[in-house]
Amino acid sequence: MPTDPGRKGVLFVSVADHINRGSRRVPIWSVYLLGLLPPVWFLYLGLTGGLGVEPINALERELGKLGLQALILGFSITPLRRFLGVNLIRFRRSIGVLTFYYIACHLLVWLVLDVQILSQIWADILKRPYITIGMVGFLLMLPLAVTSNNWSVRKLGADWRKLHRLVYPAVVLGGLHYVMLAKTWQTEPLVYFAVILTLLATRIPVKLLTMAKRGQGAV
Amino acid sequence: MAYRSKLKYSDVTPKADFLNRRQLMGGAGALAIGSAAGVLPKWAEAAGKYSTDATPNTFEEISTYNNFYEFGTGKGDPVANAQRLTTDPWSVQIDGMVDRPGNYDLADILAKVSIEERIYRFRCVEAWSMVVPWNGFELKQLLDMAGVQSGAKYVAFETLVRPEEMPGLRRSGIEWPYREGLRLDEALHPLTLMATGLYGKELPKQNGAPLRLVVPWKYGFKSIKSIVRVTLTDKMPPTTWNMLQSREYGFYSNVNPNVSHPRWSQATERQIGGGLFAKRKPTLMFNGYEKEVASLYDGMDLKANY
Ligand code: HEM
Repeated sequence: MPTDPGRKGVLFVSVADHINRGSRRVPIWSVYLLGLLPPVWFLYLGLTGGLGVEPINALERELGKLGLQALILGFSITPLRRFLGVNLIRFRRSIGVLTFYYIACHLLVWLVLDVQILSQIWADILKRPYITIGMVGFLLMLPLAVTSNNWSVRKLGADWRKLHRLVYPAVVLGGLHYVMLAKTWQTEPLVYFAVILTLLATRIPVKLLTMAKRGQGAV
Repeated sequence: MAYRSKLKYSDVTPKADFLNRRQLMGGAGALAIGSAAGVLPKWAEAAGKYSTDATPNTFEEISTYNNFYEFGTGKGDPVANAQRLTTDPWSVQIDGMVDRPGNYDLADILAKVSIEERIYRFRCVEAWSMVVPWNGFELKQLLDMAGVQSGAKYVAFETLVRPEEMPGLRRSGIEWPYREGLRLDEALHPLTLMATGLYGKELPKQNGAPLRLVVPWKYGFKSIKSIVRVTLTDKMPPTTWNMLQSREYGFYSNVNPNVSHPRWSQATERQIGGGLFAKRKPTLMFNGYEKEVASLYDGMDLKANY
């Protein structure tokens, strides 16, 4: 069957256009408002039996999953624009701030509801590799959350962009944390991790690629 | 030989007997209400010397929060996916160093053993716990039936592998069948139970119907479910979690608050059923069965033999 790359391209562009035009009408505050709700909803479910007979771990996991999904969504905004022409740059800050909010809730559930005991909290952070890695991921997100405002962007100038590259290690550590906390090799965490690595690959600057190619040729 | 018995497994389950012993309850419906209304301490009075007097978890708690990877890795997967499992007819192959090896029909086994109620603490390696009113018989009764030969030192167990009925077998990197094992003296200990029921009803499929092991002083994964094979041997048998991660899961896997696991501190546990604000409580040595079983490990370094 003959394919028509031209038409497919046109279709793609028009879908992207559609999203771009539609999204321009979405006010940012509504993203914040909507994004605020899921943790509240999960908390409600946990209090009313909707998360099963062990709501603490279930809540912790729901929030971790939500955080990772938001982290990946925020991380895919640049490649979405570059490769598919979908422009969601307007929402990047709100998605970033919400991601931090989800992971902070995730951490809070772990501290307050799950582990509870101060000495055990320290021991767990130091001794359990998947916790250590999650914790480092969270700490890397801290300066990003603090500088997610216009004042910081102006004040830091070019350094702001450099600082916000911390999201690269943060998303990798988040994905790794998920792979490691399963007791066996499970499909879902690996799929998340593969998505993260793919998104990461789209960020390798073209310059680096050509350099690598030339290097190979010389050998 | 396996499936020719006239008696069905369900004919000899302990339900009727159980209810007779507790006429104050007046039936299965009242049983549930009774537990809600706090009649439960009465149970403990009726229970034998091996039962704890702690209040059991509810039937719902015990039967909806399970690890049974043959049906999926999520805690809710077993209850969702196990219901198609055929548990009747069922037979257990007993082989290795026994006088009477063979395929034992479960109904024949159950006709010869005495079923009793045991309310045991149950501690998962994931640092959660429950109190479970099992019905079952001592493993020793089964081993005596087959006649253990003098050279035997260990008992190995295997879970059913039936891909048509166990969707979890397709996924997860476990080498099936699920395998577990005990030293012979552990297996012969009066606390070691072959469970066939829960709350006086048939054992739910997600809990390992129709026949599972319960070793209350060891982490839950030792208590292998839906057993189809029991082998007496003179060598320490391979066990599933140990095969996967020998650094994390030892052959003994006795509950021990002083030996930290790479994933979970074992110093404390959370009993299922306490809701969103459940407090952790200290984990007891041998899960509280120290008096009964500590002598099995006299002179052994429990840190090295975790
Ligand atoms: C970049 C930051 C983080 C991300 C993206 C993240 C993500 C996740 C995800 C996706 C899960 C599994 C959800 C599921 O199974 O459905 C999870 C579970 C978990 N996370 Fe995180 N997490 C992060 C940071 C942390 C931190 C800082 C802690 C604690 C110090 C933590 C503790 C846990 C715990 C205890 C679990 C549950 C483990 C279990 O049930 O065995 N996480 N997290």
